[in-house]
Amino acid sequence: MLADALLLQLGYNATLVTLGACLLGIAAGVAGTFLFLRKRALVSDAISHATLPGVGIAFIVMVALGGEGRSLFGLLLGAGISAAVGLLCVHWLTIRTRLGEDAAIGAVLSVFFGLGVVILTIIQTMNAGQQAGLEGFLLGSTAGMLRSDAVLLAVAAAAVLALVLILRRPLELAAFDPGYAEAAGWSLGRIDLAMMGIVLVVTVVGLKVVGLILIVALLIVPAVTARFWTDRSDRVVVIAGVVGGVSGYAGAATSAVAPALPTGPIIVLVGFAFFALSLLFSPGRGVMASVLTHWRYQRRVHMRQGLLALAQGQPIYEALTRRLMHRAGLIRPDGVATSDGQAAASKALLDETRWSIVRADQSFAAAATRYDGLTPIEDYLTQDQLTEIDHRIAAPQVVT
Amino acid sequence: MGAEFVALSLPPILIGICVAVACALPGNFLLLRRQALIGDAISHVVLPGIVVAFLLTGIVATGSMLLGAAGAAVLAVIAIEAIRRLGRIEAGAAMGVVFTAMFAGGVLLLEQSDTSNVHLDVEHALFGNLESLIWLDAVGWASLIDRQALAALPVELPRMAAALAVICLFLFLFWRPLSLATFDEDYAQGMGIATAPLGLGLVIISAIAAVAAFDAVGSIIVIAMFICPPAAARMMTNRLGHQVAWSAGFAALAAVTGYVLAGYGPLWIGANGSVSAAGMIATMSGVILAIAAVAGPYRASST
Repeated sequence: MLADALLLQLGYNATLVTLGACLLGIAAGVAGTFLFLRKRALVSDAISHATLPGVGIAFIVMVALGGEGRSLFGLLLGAGISAAVGLLCVHWLTIRTRLGEDAAIGAVLSVFFGLGVVILTIIQTMNAGQQAGLEGFLLGSTAGMLRSDAVLLAVAAAAVLALVLILRRPLELAAFDPGYAEAAGWSLGRIDLAMMGIVLVVTVVGLKVVGLILIVALLIVPAVTARFWTDRSDRVVVIAGVVGGVSGYAGAATSAVAPALPTGPIIVLVGFAFFALSLLFSPGRGVMASVLTHWRYQRRVHMRQGLLALAQGQPIYEALTRRLMHRAGLIRPDGVATSDGQAAASKALLDETRWSIVRADQSFAAAATRYDGLTPIEDYLTQDQLTEIDHRIAAPQVVT
Repeated sequence: MGAEFVALSLPPILIGICVAVACALPGNFLLLRRQALIGDAISHVVLPGIVVAFLLTGIVATGSMLLGAAGAAVLAVIAIEAIRRLGRIEAGAAMGVVFTAMFAGGVLLLEQSDTSNVHLDVEHALFGNLESLIWLDAVGWASLIDRQALAALPVELPRMAAALAVICLFLFLFWRPLSLATFDEDYAQGMGIATAPLGLGLVIISAIAAVAAFDAVGSIIVIAMFICPPAAARMMTNRLGHQVAWSAGFAALAAVTGYVLAGYGPLWIGANGSVSAAGMIATMSGVILAIAAVAGPYRASST
């Protein structure tokens, strides 16, 4: 079943939803990356919750004008307008009052949502039969998705990607180094406005597939996931788009296999699974990578200290050191050095002695800063410098 | 006014006031600590907490719901902190990842378990049903001193009043350390105040307010109560005690005007039916915030 779903064999509606969710995932991943890089990820929460009053008002207006109130385009237009108003309120509250951006986001989010709920209940007291589609905007309602809806998604996703492509230099610059962007003459306010506008389009388009509460996940999670895999802002955008698209595709396909379950949450959880895998296993920034790096470092320190102890005839008490050195064939289980161990130990002691001479000498000041107790001195000094230093090591003295 | 008011409107209004004030009080500290969006996160994770508690116990009982929600809030805070530290991700994004995933999980659990016989559906979870918390046994103002009638009060009212009392007690006991830790965390730590447990305690208290309010107004509106009355109060004064008092006043005002407008407003303009009380309360708190933002004496930003 799942294989069929992934290969788009499960029927018209399932295919539409899967492709639509994939496109949405790509657009949201790309748009959300800049938001995340600018450290304004939760503004998307305010934007998405602020769409609700617009949807309701658009419905009322369309019905009042004699229509059915079901035109997706009209509803989304209303959603976009009220989301834009919400965004302006967040901006105004942040700039004109002493409230922080987090308080402004929370205030706009909740008040606009509350107003939207009021309008929904007003609609309920009107002719009840027509409003049955509006609550689907909360968590997404893919059951009755039409081809025109999928086309709308495709066009919107293409528009988002085109805009990002056109504006990629200023967007990346503002995300990566806002100070430099300002100094270079870009207007950060306008770039932020463009970024928010793109996020707004994605949010409005995503209302149908995942609903307003969960679109935030599609905007934030792929971007965070992508951040684990690269440090370059242009690559983060691409990876986020890919991750978002795959989450949308796989999530929608999975939910087609279990039709009673809502699509939006499954897409979000698939995305979260990718995030969790990246958090744990990505090379470089992942948890496993940090643990491995730590172990490697620990091993080097223990080996070094163990060899120095051997060279100076001191017993090794630390169990981990003994275990590591035994595994490397440098020490016997009773703590006596093997011949390999004796060679390595005297090498380590020589290295340490050379370093201490270098650090005490002003003329080697640059090399001395590189001492970290682990790196061999041959990495930093040439052979003739080392010969010169070796001359200064005291020869064994005769005890009289 | 009169008999129907006591039966139909008084309990919801009182519950609304308790909800609003119970959320606004800890909201003051969340706002000052720039943790306003923790309130957003808590409101979103209350749903999965309650669903898990329901699935584990099989019944919708206050105690297990409270535990479930408090547990979910603690889990969310720990997860957010873990993701922030392990992944070196900024706080807002970490919050977004955690609470959306938990909310999605909660919705999925809700949809695929058999909750049709209890009032645990997603819409109810989102915007509650304040208007339905009526006191059928009341016959008028005299019922307030009638023991038998009082025994039939909607259970949400004493529950919410108890939650409010617990929150007031917490704030009363920890007023000084909490204020110190809010305004100058390093100094508070230097004084020996355990700021980390105190912060966690504040989050748990907020979660208690959120879950107690859940039944009445749903989870999303709770954010409005966490943020808007304290934010409006912030612009009325520079003193913490005064701010808390203003926020309680604004919260109660929003609750009363919201409920009245939702219940009686449509009648006044000739329509029938009523609109969502919870939504109207949130809207009124927004209106109060807007008025404070354009007219409050301390509204100006410092830059």
